[in-house]
Amino acid sequence: MNIFQDANRKQIAGRRRTDWLLHMLFVIATSIGVLALCALIIDILIDGIVRLQPDLFNNFPSRKADGSGMKSALVGTIYMLLIMAPISFIFGVGAAIYLEEYAKKGRLTRLIQLNISTLAGVPSIVYGILGLALFVRLLALDRSLIAGALTMTLLVLPIIIVAAQEAIRAVPRSRRDASFALGATKWQTVSRSVMPSALPGVLTGVILAMSRAIGETAPLVMIGALTYVAFLPDGLRDSFTVIPIQVYNWLSKPQIEFKELAASGIIVLLVLLLLMNFSAILLRNKYQKNV
Amino acid sequence: MEALININKLNLFYGDFHALKDVSLTIPEKAITAFIGPSGCGKSTLLRTLNRMNDMIPGTRIEGGIAIGGTEIYSDEVDVETLRKKVGMVFQQPNPFPKSIYDNVAYGPRLHGITSKKELDEIVETSLKSAVLWDEVKDHLKRSAFGLSGGQQQRLCIARALAVNPNILLMDEATSALDPISTLKIEELAQELKDKYTIVMVTHNMHQAARVSNQTVFFLNGEVIEYSDTEKLFSNPSDQRTEDYISGRFG
Amino acid sequence: MSRQGLKTMDQAQTVNKELYEFKNKRVSIMNKLMPVLLLLCASVSILTTFGIVVTLITETYHFFKVIPIFDFLFGTKWSPLIPPKSFGVLPLLSGTLLITVIACLVAIPLGLASAIYLSEYAPKRVRKIIKPILEVLAGVPTIVYGYFALSLITPMIQSVFGSAGVFNALSAGIVVGIMIIPMVSSLSEDAMSAVPRSLRDGAYALGATRFEVALKIVVPAAFSGIVASAVLAFSRAIGETMIVTLAAGSTPNMTINPLDSIQTMTAYIVQVSLGDTPHGSIEYGSIFAVGMTLFVITFLLNIFAQYIARKFREEY
Repeated sequence: MNIFQDANRKQIAGRRRTDWLLHMLFVIATSIGVLALCALIIDILIDGIVRLQPDLFNNFPSRKADGSGMKSALVGTIYMLLIMAPISFIFGVGAAIYLEEYAKKGRLTRLIQLNISTLAGVPSIVYGILGLALFVRLLALDRSLIAGALTMTLLVLPIIIVAAQEAIRAVPRSRRDASFALGATKWQTVSRSVMPSALPGVLTGVILAMSRAIGETAPLVMIGALTYVAFLPDGLRDSFTVIPIQVYNWLSKPQIEFKELAASGIIVLLVLLLLMNFSAILLRNKYQKNV
Repeated sequence: MEALININKLNLFYGDFHALKDVSLTIPEKAITAFIGPSGCGKSTLLRTLNRMNDMIPGTRIEGGIAIGGTEIYSDEVDVETLRKKVGMVFQQPNPFPKSIYDNVAYGPRLHGITSKKELDEIVETSLKSAVLWDEVKDHLKRSAFGLSGGQQQRLCIARALAVNPNILLMDEATSALDPISTLKIEELAQELKDKYTIVMVTHNMHQAARVSNQTVFFLNGEVIEYSDTEKLFSNPSDQRTEDYISGRFG
Repeated sequence: MSRQGLKTMDQAQTVNKELYEFKNKRVSIMNKLMPVLLLLCASVSILTTFGIVVTLITETYHFFKVIPIFDFLFGTKWSPLIPPKSFGVLPLLSGTLLITVIACLVAIPLGLASAIYLSEYAPKRVRKIIKPILEVLAGVPTIVYGYFALSLITPMIQSVFGSAGVFNALSAGIVVGIMIIPMVSSLSEDAMSAVPRSLRDGAYALGATRFEVALKIVVPAAFSGIVASAVLAFSRAIGETMIVTLAAGSTPNMTINPLDSIQTMTAYIVQVSLGDTPHGSIEYGSIFAVGMTLFVITFLLNIFAQYIARKFREEY
């Protein structure tokens, strides 16, 4: 007895053809995203590689493309990172510890949590508006390095809080119990038992948040990071520029030479991002092995 | 009883793991055959080769043959879609689709090209009746299947499998997630269904095998240790290991 | 526990009481102080929201004292810098909408198709490579995308449509779309991966092919997550700034022609803040009015997305 006699092979062949067609369609759609990324990188490399010379790092921007550099922007970006990193680390991790270890599951906690996820979706330019009104005008910090760094700190805080919360949550319950059972207080348990285990994960989150910050342009345009800075900032109250703003400045000029400069500026920015992401991945891998 | 499924020297590997070793079996038509054995013994693996559900696990390799009604199921003659239509399956956890009761049962027939509303209505009704669920749900076929109890959901899944008109029904520990009363209902249902269908069930519950099945196969470490009439296997096993298992010395 | 323990110890005279001194002042101060400090850290996020809302409302209020709210919301001419000045936000809204619609037309089909491919078709190894690559798209700074739009996409568009200008909505919209692909794909894929394996098995066991499982079982089951991802992507496109500033132009224009130059709300805010606008002037106020509009729209969309994702999560 052949139970497969009445099989409708034609219908099945048709369905399989549809499956194959859709499979191809999905592959193509997926590769469009990948190809766009490749096109973007190649386009920038082709345009920017010629200007990737010592001048770019040693010189200040000037009216002439030749010999124009981005020293002030590079230094500005690094200064901004150096100010932001500790502030956002302290506040971000502090908030995460509070939410994960101390907060009672009540209305306030839910409100804070909802608020954080909402803040993560606020367009970055709105943070710029806040920075302009709060830091530049109200606190009269002017268009300074510190005003920029504080604005960006507010921008990345939600990212850091969420990442730190995840890292803290991943620390097994048993580790807390072990500490409490030895007579440690809550804070001793948190600071000596939970946080050391969560730290690599937290740092990964902080690095990724910093890499988000160095690419941001809009909020800094808002608070008035200058587009033309031919000096290095000397103090927190000095005006400054950063790489993306410098790139934006070069991009707004019509001459082709400035476009090349913009591309090489982008290469520097991307390399910086790559390094940061790479270190975050290394950290994460090490972390995964340890837990 | 005529043999419907012939398994001949079947070997199955998951990567390097030798999951089934030289399994040879014949499974009779219109009867209930139970696979028993401790977990990891290969009973579910064998069940899933019968409708080629193992195809989807990467790294699976198969040697040897399985013929159903004389047709080699791993040959080109057989489309896996048709095979699965002919060999229905019910799973450990009730897994109704997030659709209405009606759409759950009609899902299979629609796949296989039935579009007429009248025909579908008929299929849904007969399938639900065969699964002894019709009286409980006939007034709210459009409601979500998720509103049913666990036992009802499992009977819905049986109706769903029956709706494509299979010859064989595989039950993979189909009662292990259910309460005793629902389990009993499913067992009674299986007894009724065996008049029309060939049923192969995997069970971790020896008593269930003893209660329900006609034939029982005992597996250990990927091998068939003993295969005989259920009554004989439980009352007078010929292998020491079978006796050890059914008397509860391991497993 | 300690009280009872102590009682027993009092009875036993020989016990060295110092051993059972259960208070440690130094430790206890830290233990009490830290939660307060940590709560302060957590409240920064509340204060940020508060700051945003208060800032926007105050300045917008001042703005509406000069420009009637009705003229702002329903005016069809936006000409804040060149007299006769006019502050109708509709051209900026329509520009924003045009960009967003183009972006979503790019991102939602591509992102959803990628999600289906990664979740239902791709072998594990391929998925492990492709997924992070797509996610890189979300990490590329927007200024880089702006460059990409100007240097590659715009010339391509111009070579196809001769009438397209250097600044056009199409180029910016496409690039914003590419940027938000990973939002759609990764959130949708998460939703699809959360569909239990057993549902797929159930469908396969009935003889379904892969596309039937994907389109008739997995996508419907993950639908709320997919919709939420699309709404979030939409909201992200509305708030995108640098790409549109660079590639879409600065002509407030009520048009649906994607080859025209337009101006979005975000691009307007940048344009004004680049100039030296004196504090308190009407242009300065207009930043906040436009920012308020932007904030309210994206805020509502985000709340909406969270609502969909939560509301329909369990209840298939």
